[in-house]
Amino acid sequence: MDLIYNTWPWYVSGPLIALIMFLLLKLGKKFGMSSNLRTMCSMAGAGKYVDFFKFDWKANKWNLYVVLGVITGGYIALQFLSPNAPQINQDVVVQLQELGINSANTSFLPSEIFSLESLMTIKGFSILLLGGFLVGFGARYSGGCTSGHAISGLSNLQIPSLIAVIGFFVGGLVMIHFLFPLIF
Amino acid sequence: MKQFLSFFFIGLFLGILFIKSEVASWFRIYEMFQFKSFQMYGIIGSAVVLGIIIVHYIKYSKQKDFNGDAIIITPKNKGFIRYFVGGIIFGLGWALAGACPGPMYVLLGTGLPSILVLIIGALLGTFVYGAIKNKLPH
Repeated sequence: MDLIYNTWPWYVSGPLIALIMFLLLKLGKKFGMSSNLRTMCSMAGAGKYVDFFKFDWKANKWNLYVVLGVITGGYIALQFLSPNAPQINQDVVVQLQELGINSANTSFLPSEIFSLESLMTIKGFSILLLGGFLVGFGARYSGGCTSGHAISGLSNLQIPSLIAVIGFFVGGLVMIHFLFPLIF
Repeated sequence: MKQFLSFFFIGLFLGILFIKSEVASWFRIYEMFQFKSFQMYGIIGSAVVLGIIIVHYIKYSKQKDFNGDAIIITPKNKGFIRYFVGGIIFGLGWALAGACPGPMYVLLGTGLPSILVLIIGALLGTFVYGAIKNKLPH
């Protein structure tokens, strides 16, 4: 049982992700976790206002089924399979403390950002909404996310995906090294 | 029903994997951008190495999908600006929220309302992109 309860190491997790990509290809689809956002917008009627969402979303119902599964799987894992908080590098724990984030190694997510208390502040709310916004906007602008570009795209040796992944890292590094000290 | 179940179970497995591998943890993403842990690089790297082998195998053995149709992997259109600029915007959000789209759904299982705000943000971002798409350089 320890195998299930402990953190799954990279050499187990990475190959399993590749296996999921293979299964989706065998099902005639491709692995990507952000196009469902477009499907949901379209389902909610965004096609009435914006042409980008005017498509037959029912043909993409499968990615909503995947999302339902992901939500359920996350719930099962968080509630029943994951008693431990991620144990991160000690240097990083110290760096985070300097930013005022003290919940490393004790919880799965930093309570300083995700707690209800923080959500109720303008700053806390804005961080989450803006973070989500940039992810959603950037994923559609670049045509994919970590799964679509970094996994599926690089597996297919696509240059556009390599450019996008380099962009992901440029953005991430700028955020953490230059913007975090200003935000937190 | 069969279609629903196959995709649902793939998602279910993926959801468990996102938590158990800790890629859905904000801390792991921060640590990755500090280059202080191999976990994230190992996961993405090994998935890509195996993925390259799988995609090559599919192409050269002309694998069919479960329905018996040819598996066609359409490459992305050529371009630079949309991939690079879009990628940077995505990366800024990935680091700030500490989550990309898959993990956002997974984290709903924490029961935290803040995750809903993240997802609403992502939907808004998708909508705004759709609305101003024609004005952006691609």
